[in-house]
Amino acid sequence: MSVRSETRLWLAQRASAAVLALCVIVHLATMVYAVRGGLSAAEILSRTRGSSAWLAFYLLFVAAVVIHAPIGLRAVLREMTTWRGRSLDFAVVLFGILLAALGLRAALAVFA
Amino acid sequence: MIAAAHRTHRGYAAFVIHRLSGVGLAAFLPLHFLALGTALNGEAALDDFLRWTAHPLLKAAETALVVLLTAHLTGGLRLLALELLGWRDWQKTAVAMSGGVSLAAGLMFLLNLGVP
Repeated sequence: MSVRSETRLWLAQRASAAVLALCVIVHLATMVYAVRGGLSAAEILSRTRGSSAWLAFYLLFVAAVVIHAPIGLRAVLREMTTWRGRSLDFAVVLFGILLAALGLRAALAVFA
Repeated sequence: MIAAAHRTHRGYAAFVIHRLSGVGLAAFLPLHFLALGTALNGEAALDDFLRWTAHPLLKAAETALVVLLTAHLTGGLRLLALELLGWRDWQKTAVAMSGGVSLAAGLMFLLNLGVP
């Protein structure tokens, strides 16, 4: 991969990290609050379903994860193993597509 | 030995924790999304899954995940501050703060589990 492409990946990793920092803080606070008194499907879904604002928030969260996680995994695998080249790039893109599909499905299941 | 010396640096410990927590979270995320997706099959399906997670061992695992997520968050904020803002003088403080905030988040989650 060219230096320019590597630089773009580095920038995308940092930009998505900044978005994720905000998303994770909100997610952690919500989670710590939500587990009070135990969790039931009815309680969770009555709070979440039909909420466009939370759906938009979690779609942004998933989008940032889909950018951040594959680039991070690629960096770790390049540093810790001898795996390089197109096969590695293809594998992490595939992982990103899997995350996008499952993340979108989860967000729609809980918030739509 | 130089190779051994850098491994005793707090920054190295922070680097390893950031890497390990990142890989752990990447492995956990598809399972988390799959679990949330059970809501597509109705409340009963999600309730079945929630009942399964009520086991103390799984609560311990959830708490560990909260600590991992917070460790990755605070470690990542430290990296962003280092790279984008050039804040290098307070590295040890930043590493200590990352550890402290991560454990505090895990503890808050754990304590809230039993609150009515």
